[in-house]
Amino acid sequence: MIAAAITIAGGAICLAILLTLYRLAVGPDATDRVLALDTLVIETIALIVLGGIAFGIAMYFEAALLFAMVGFVTTVAFCKFLLRGNVIE
Amino acid sequence: MTLLLVVLIPFMGALLPPLVIRSGRNTCAVATGGVTLLALALLMSHAPAVFSGEVPKAGVDWVPAMGLSLSVFADGLGFFFAAMILVIGLLVIVYARFYLSREDPMGRFFAYLLLFQGSMVGVVLSDNVILLLVFWEMTSLTSFLLIGFWTKRADARQGARMALVITGGGGLALIAGLLLLAQAAGSYQLTEILSRGEMVRASPLYLPALLLVLAGAFTKSAQFPFHFWLPHAMAAPTPVSAYLHSATMVKAGVFLLARLWPVLAGTEAWFLIIAPAGLVTMLIGAAIALFRNDLKGLLAYSTVSHLGLMTMLLGLGTPMAAVAAVFHVINHATFKAALFMSAGIVDHEAGTRDIRRLGGLMVLMPVTGTLALLAAASMAGVPLFNGFLSKEMMLEEAAHTSYLGLDLLFPVLATVAAVFSVAYSARFAIGTFLGPVRGDYPHHPHDPPLGMWLPVAVLVVPVIAIGLFPGPVAGPLVALTAAAVIGGPLPDYHLALWHGITPALVMSLVAFAGAAALILAFRRADALRARLPRIDAKAMFEASTGMFVVGCRRSLVALHDGALARYMGVTVATLIAVGGYGFWSATHGAGTRPPLPVTATALTAFLALVLASGGVLAFHGERLTALILTGVVGVVVALAFLQFSAPDLALTQISVDVVTTILMLLALNLLPKATPREQSLAVRWRDGTVAGLAGLGVAGLAYAVMTRNGTSISEYYLTQSKPGGGGTNVVNVILVDFRGYDTFAEIIVLGIAALAIYALLDPALKGAAVRRIKAMLPRTESRDAHPLLLVVATRVLLPLSLVVGAYIFLRGHNEPGGGFIAGLVVAIALIMQYIASGYGWAAERMKVDAQSMIGAGVAIAGLTGIAAFAFGRPFLTSTFGYLHSPVVGTFELASAMAFDLGVFLTVVGVMLLSLAQLSRVAHRVDPSPESREPMDVQLERTVPRTAGGES
Repeated sequence: MIAAAITIAGGAICLAILLTLYRLAVGPDATDRVLALDTLVIETIALIVLGGIAFGIAMYFEAALLFAMVGFVTTVAFCKFLLRGNVIE
Repeated sequence: MTLLLVVLIPFMGALLPPLVIRSGRNTCAVATGGVTLLALALLMSHAPAVFSGEVPKAGVDWVPAMGLSLSVFADGLGFFFAAMILVIGLLVIVYARFYLSREDPMGRFFAYLLLFQGSMVGVVLSDNVILLLVFWEMTSLTSFLLIGFWTKRADARQGARMALVITGGGGLALIAGLLLLAQAAGSYQLTEILSRGEMVRASPLYLPALLLVLAGAFTKSAQFPFHFWLPHAMAAPTPVSAYLHSATMVKAGVFLLARLWPVLAGTEAWFLIIAPAGLVTMLIGAAIALFRNDLKGLLAYSTVSHLGLMTMLLGLGTPMAAVAAVFHVINHATFKAALFMSAGIVDHEAGTRDIRRLGGLMVLMPVTGTLALLAAASMAGVPLFNGFLSKEMMLEEAAHTSYLGLDLLFPVLATVAAVFSVAYSARFAIGTFLGPVRGDYPHHPHDPPLGMWLPVAVLVVPVIAIGLFPGPVAGPLVALTAAAVIGGPLPDYHLALWHGITPALVMSLVAFAGAAALILAFRRADALRARLPRIDAKAMFEASTGMFVVGCRRSLVALHDGALARYMGVTVATLIAVGGYGFWSATHGAGTRPPLPVTATALTAFLALVLASGGVLAFHGERLTALILTGVVGVVVALAFLQFSAPDLALTQISVDVVTTILMLLALNLLPKATPREQSLAVRWRDGTVAGLAGLGVAGLAYAVMTRNGTSISEYYLTQSKPGGGGTNVVNVILVDFRGYDTFAEIIVLGIAALAIYALLDPALKGAAVRRIKAMLPRTESRDAHPLLLVVATRVLLPLSLVVGAYIFLRGHNEPGGGFIAGLVVAIALIMQYIASGYGWAAERMKVDAQSMIGAGVAIAGLTGIAAFAFGRPFLTSTFGYLHSPVVGTFELASAMAFDLGVFLTVVGVMLLSLAQLSRVAHRVDPSPESREPMDVQLERTVPRTAGGES
């Protein structure tokens, strides 16, 4: 049961990643690409958690946690750059 | 061991003068003299042993694998030279105390002097040829500092540079020469080499070694044609001239010849090269000295001449000549140092050193005059003074020397040199001190204070004592030293005033008669000399070094043009060529390890990686797009690390990516937003081909490695991690233990890099640069500098992130984590606050500044390493143990944790410092008023602390 769920979830995440990559490639704005990167980070977190369940490794969860905790800072920095120019004012 | 201290004490003592100069010039001189006296006392404690025929030795291994040991020995020769260096050093220190004026930095002077003294004592006592070379080079360097002591004077700087180039260049030749010699003798220890003379002389390396050693000795001892640096070195303060350029440093070349005499002398080549070189130097030096009007210039050329005399005697290769050479070293050191000091006194008191403006000083300064006349008489070789005795021995040896069948060459030329020698001594004495008193001296001359003439008097005592009673006074010392030079039985000789009517006596008489005639006809001789073409050695030297510099600069510019792409191109193309050759000239088959199955997830990740990398390549001109795509690459790489069992790397990658992006964005704010295309299509194709080939090569290599089951060093680390390093996280144990040295160096480099960023950006943005950047700054799209939502989110995250950081740090030794990752996490947590509420607000709340954090980090890591010394273990040896506590239970405590704390602090400090400095630059470009509030939205009941909170 869990194996099937993992397979379906994995497929869904992969599909999401491919769609994100499309947005990343097409753009057209820098804002679109930054959002694509942010989305990709979230998808990656999902993928890591899924991997942790699939392989039964607790370490994966920690990596996902760290990603979740610091990953958004990149997006914030990009946004501040686009809106204000200087990231640290 | 006390013998080793004789060498080391001057070096350690060199710290003293600059420190105690605050307590006055007398204290400074006393401290310096005390250092020298201590070294001298320690040396003298070995005197009984040396005189009874023993050879005291001391030493410790330094780099045994290279043949380098810190070993010294004191045979007769070394002992005599060391004693001479220290005794005259003591006198020079007393003299310099009164010679230097109040404006001269005396602490620095005495520090240099002690450094020189230590190097010189090191040269004469070294038992290891490499050690000797080290000290030899140090004498060149310290004499450079001493000659150029008056840095404001152009002639002092030029003279110092010339001396350094000539003696330093000779030093390079000497390095090669002594290494060849050591090769030929099969040992680096001088005591060994000295006993293997036959072996060396039979070796095919003998001649090259001899020539190279001579290049070193001749340049140092100012032998023709390298003599010209010595007169220019006279721009030095007189104590330096008296010490370096009469008594000690210039004798180093003579010392070297004497030291290696048992090994190298006695061959045809030795005699044919050295003897005429010495003879010519003796003659030319004496001839030029006569026509010098500057007292120190005259003495300098006279020194050149006397050095030639000693070199010639050693070059003759007979034991008797060696005895004479040793004897003359003693005599010359006494009278020449005394004369230099007298010249300094005259200069000091009369205000000029020009012989044409002096005369009659005997009446005005009787004490100095008497001492100088006595020393000058010795220089001329007048009987009853010590100079006479050794000069007689020299003439006697010259009289019996036949060069390539020419029986008269040496006796005649030696006599001519003696004529000039007597004449310049007379001119020095008469021109300065005798004759009528004049009324036009620049100053009013009178005798100097006791401290200035006492050293001269002390030196004149042996001049007379040896002159009157050579046997009893100097006999034992000469015998001891000469025995060490010859390395065998002494020849039958006796030091005495009267030897009967000998050829030497006749030559001496001829010299005196000739000199009298020359002095009487001096005006005519001088006019004749003025008509001779002059060779300006200094101009030639400057021209040739100038050409050399231009040539170097041209080739440097041609090779090193600053284009990074070119360097990379050459390097990578070479790698491709070499790697390709290796690949095609060998046979190879497919790997044996089966590849992993390709899953849909892996394929997706692969696709993302390829797409993002390709995108960076295509859009590298648009910098922001390239940065976003690099972020994607970072994410995929982190995933790959996680998948392939490298959780430490994955955690590092995740956090490094965040920090890097922020750093790049901060920089990008100050840079153009697009890179212009600068290269033609052809160049791009060429570079693309090279890069593509290199990429294929690396990919092939990686593929080859991954499809094979090779043995690697991983196994060792995996098994040794727990028993050896006390941790189960191999990555962390490698970082803080197995390769702790690497990590230590890396955090130092990291700290330096951050400080360099800080220092470079600090002054760089002024004037035109600021205006340029201002024009480039992007439009502000939003007025919300510190959004409320962001402030709240980051504030909530701060304690959480800090706890995660602490957790990762603490468990690092056994589970994925460690100081580096923890440092990054904590740095991100802090940077978040900077981004959310601005630099001003956050910096006010950071109680520890980043610089101190870096310093503390490196210091803690270093101290942890040093702590291992306390337990007698090498630097950075780690230890660990288990503690039992009632509440927590058993836990491990490793010294590596303290080291890791250093890494942690350095990383946090580096991140904060570089990011903060970059943001400061932007602020300087656009100095809008800084907000002191956490956010721009004014909440109720918040009282603004400063006006203009809205930015």
